[in-house]
Amino acid sequence: MLLRHTPKEITERSGLTINPAKTCQPIGAMYAALGIHGCLPHSHGSQGCCAYHRSTLTRHYKEPISAATSSFTEGSSVFGGQANMMQAINNIFTVYDPEIIAAHTTCLSETIGDDLKQIKIKAEMEGKIPPGKEFISASTPSYAGSHVTGFSSMVRAMAEMAVPTGKKNGKVNIIPGWVEPADMEEIKRLANLIGIKHILFPDTSGVLNGPLSGEYKMFPDGGTTIAELKSTGDSIGTLALGEWCSADAARYLDTQHKVPCSILDMPFGLMATDRFIDALRTVAGKTVPDEISVERGQLVDMISDMHQYLYHKKVALVGDPDQLIAMTEFLVSIDMQPIHIVTGTPGKKFEKRIREITKDMDCEVKVKAKGDMFLLHQWIKNEPVDLIIGNTYCKYIARDEDLPFVRWGFPILDRQGHQYFPTVGYKGGLRLLEKILGVLMDRKDRDDPEEKFELVL
Amino acid sequence: MAIATKKKLVQWDPTEIKEELLKKYPPKVARKRAKQILINEAQENETPEIQANVRTIPGIITMRGCTYAGCKGVIMGPTRDIVNLVHGPIGCSFYAWLTRRNQTSAGPDGENYMTYCFSTDMQEQDIIFGGEKKLARAIQEAYDLFHPKSIAVFATCPVGLIGDDIHTVTKNMKEKFGDCNVYAFSCEGYKGVSQSAGHHIANNQVFRHIVGENDEVKPGKFKINLLGEYNIGGDGFEIDRIFKKCGITNIATFSGNSTYDQFASAHTADLNAVMCHRSINYVADMLETKYGIPWIKVNFIGANATAKSLRKIAQYFADKKLIDTVEKVIAEEMPEVEKISREVRTRTEGKTAMMFVGGSRAHHYQELFNEMGMKTISAGYEFAHRDDYEGRQVIPDLKVDADSRNIEELEVEADATRYNPRKSAKEMAALEKAGLKFKDYAGLLPDMAKDTLIIDDLNQYEAEKLVELMRPDIFCAGIKEKYSVQKLGIPMKQLHSYDSGGPYAGFKGAVNFYHEIDRLVNSRVWGYMQAPWQKNPQLSASYNWE
Repeated sequence: MLLRHTPKEITERSGLTINPAKTCQPIGAMYAALGIHGCLPHSHGSQGCCAYHRSTLTRHYKEPISAATSSFTEGSSVFGGQANMMQAINNIFTVYDPEIIAAHTTCLSETIGDDLKQIKIKAEMEGKIPPGKEFISASTPSYAGSHVTGFSSMVRAMAEMAVPTGKKNGKVNIIPGWVEPADMEEIKRLANLIGIKHILFPDTSGVLNGPLSGEYKMFPDGGTTIAELKSTGDSIGTLALGEWCSADAARYLDTQHKVPCSILDMPFGLMATDRFIDALRTVAGKTVPDEISVERGQLVDMISDMHQYLYHKKVALVGDPDQLIAMTEFLVSIDMQPIHIVTGTPGKKFEKRIREITKDMDCEVKVKAKGDMFLLHQWIKNEPVDLIIGNTYCKYIARDEDLPFVRWGFPILDRQGHQYFPTVGYKGGLRLLEKILGVLMDRKDRDDPEEKFELVL
Repeated sequence: MAIATKKKLVQWDPTEIKEELLKKYPPKVARKRAKQILINEAQENETPEIQANVRTIPGIITMRGCTYAGCKGVIMGPTRDIVNLVHGPIGCSFYAWLTRRNQTSAGPDGENYMTYCFSTDMQEQDIIFGGEKKLARAIQEAYDLFHPKSIAVFATCPVGLIGDDIHTVTKNMKEKFGDCNVYAFSCEGYKGVSQSAGHHIANNQVFRHIVGENDEVKPGKFKINLLGEYNIGGDGFEIDRIFKKCGITNIATFSGNSTYDQFASAHTADLNAVMCHRSINYVADMLETKYGIPWIKVNFIGANATAKSLRKIAQYFADKKLIDTVEKVIAEEMPEVEKISREVRTRTEGKTAMMFVGGSRAHHYQELFNEMGMKTISAGYEFAHRDDYEGRQVIPDLKVDADSRNIEELEVEADATRYNPRKSAKEMAALEKAGLKFKDYAGLLPDMAKDTLIIDDLNQYEAEKLVELMRPDIFCAGIKEKYSVQKLGIPMKQLHSYDSGGPYAGFKGAVNFYHEIDRLVNSRVWGYMQAPWQKNPQLSASYNWE
């Protein structure tokens, strides 16, 4: 047994987190920053933070992740990291020549009180930021929130780049939240099908799912451009997908620049996608093309075809709030029973939302924000499930408990596809179903006695 | 067979390459980097000087990690029956969770906490009001849940800044429990200039808090410790297999596949065999000073190096039977190795490699490439010190700068009761005379050809330039470097984590490595970079389908 010391009996823990269901803010800021075209993310802290984030993102995407660091020493930790940051800005623009540096803090620089906004002013005064180049920053203390918070803060920093001209650009801002490059591509495809001019930010498609061609582009072709980011204040509205990931930026544009916003769930599964498509059509005043209705119908078709294999199957879920809310709703909508739901990210709102979604289920549902995977495992030991959905770390639970396992979320370190095949939208819903049904039926085929082994399922 | 066909267009002179690497830098950066890039001339006795173990330049994308990574990740990560509790915000513990591929064999019932990730998950109020109470609670909860024999606590950056006294907290908890050794590591990420400082902090504490805790004499006639072997991809398993076959007893590996008790008994061994000089040579020195155990440098990467190392160990024990057994084992193992190397060599001979990794691997792995007829045209370490490049004779001349000064050096003296020189001065002198060198490491430079480029703390920009200019047949470094190199159409092998391969140590490991490198440099995929229409962009219009 891989997790052989995990007892079934649950005891209260107030100091110890075991097998976390979250990580720290800066990696979220780094991932978001990679969704800006020509951007070099910068980590203002010890070089280990940057190394860890780059490694984790690299393992997840199997793509180069460029990011720089202030490489704090003990001295900079005592006297402040401004000198390091100034030197870094100079070196970065000289050697790598990005369009923009998107810097984030760490627990180290936050604890000593470094202020990146003030450092930027000094760098500008000293001419360290070349003309036409940008520097943005987000405060991402690792000791608050989670990786999701850091993502949200960097997305807000992008929104803060808006420079309204007073003339509307006829576009809709779409903030996709922490989804995969393939999901961002899919969201753009859907918006294009409906005929909506849009600015999607951040946009890691074309950045973190690049081709192998013999050429290394430190700054790949994808990403939201600086011009687009500056123009978000002129948009006719903002659709923010996910309260945790995207709402802050959308509300900023609303209050600062009178760009009205709707906060939607991430479009995973049937109903959340319905709401997203409906919102797109409404803000743009367009008719939904048949192509999308057909895709929807295909998803409904597969749900009805396969309903018997899904019905009342119990599921354990672990991941990030926005994703889990949509996934829980999807599972409930196809008559599965998500009974254990854990996120490491804090937020009582999460538990409340899950309770609402699952209130009509005729079984007990356990949900916890600020939980960990050790607790999830204990719940599973007490009330077994038929399926577990979460990031790669779930494989240890899945193996010990002999559970069918669908990898979904962050990070996925041991399987491929998340970069290339979306799970948002109706097409993404089909893919989720394919994955869920695949593992459930593989299990059935493995476990059925020979006399009951079925050719047709 | 589709083999990578791109070759360098111009044969570069190493001086020109060095100039190319430095050209784009601001003057101050160029001056500093110039001292860390060396054109090897080590053909005679004199070795040129390289600057190493110095600060990373802010903004220059480095391969290096932090002190915490060196301490928690590298040294303590492979220990299976110690609860490794990270005191800090969640990230540090999360990123070090199962990502280093240290294998361990706890058996069906043994203690194994390596699959777990423990953290105090410090929150804002802990930063403001101090995290000692939460740490004490976390230690108590870990003890209540698991009753481990030992709990190790690791400091992260904010812990040092807010002044949590982790050593007092752990001391108190140790006294409270009575049956659980609890201690702490002040391995804040901002200390030192690289992971190397973390290795030192970890090893010091292992030496101070664990080594010598168990005096029970373990069975075995030829007892050694293997220092600086981390069982990545099962390297340590293969080395232990060979030891067992030779009749050599491995008391403790620092720290691959290790247990608390192995560390505790390390002082009962009669020889220390040092694999990774960088991460642990000081522990070998301390074990000699305190307990009288001599040390020799070994290398089990490469079949010939493995044979040589085994012979050194046998020579040390000066036992006819051991010497014969070692020869017998080598004679048994080598034919298969040589068969595969001969076969693979037909496809690898003359190919070129670059490796920028670690504090030893960039040296050790050249053995394996040599055995395949491949030449290392450029190499360097990520976090080594000058002695790892130039040899231990430079140690007295090493500058102690501000960054080294804040890493503790333990003052060790001979143990009052347990100091026992394993060999008399006369025996040692005789062995030295017979060619067995103690406390000796000549470093990387003497083993590299003239005019090769040795580069310390290579960064992303330089890596990309080097690959573009010199187009090696394979590039070796870590995960962060992997895909930028491969985008250029050059296969990249991770020598930290071995991708998902290994073992590469010992005899079986050598065979694995030959196959792996053969696969990489001869993969068909490198021939697919361009589509037909990119290879022949000229359109010759044709209206029929012939």
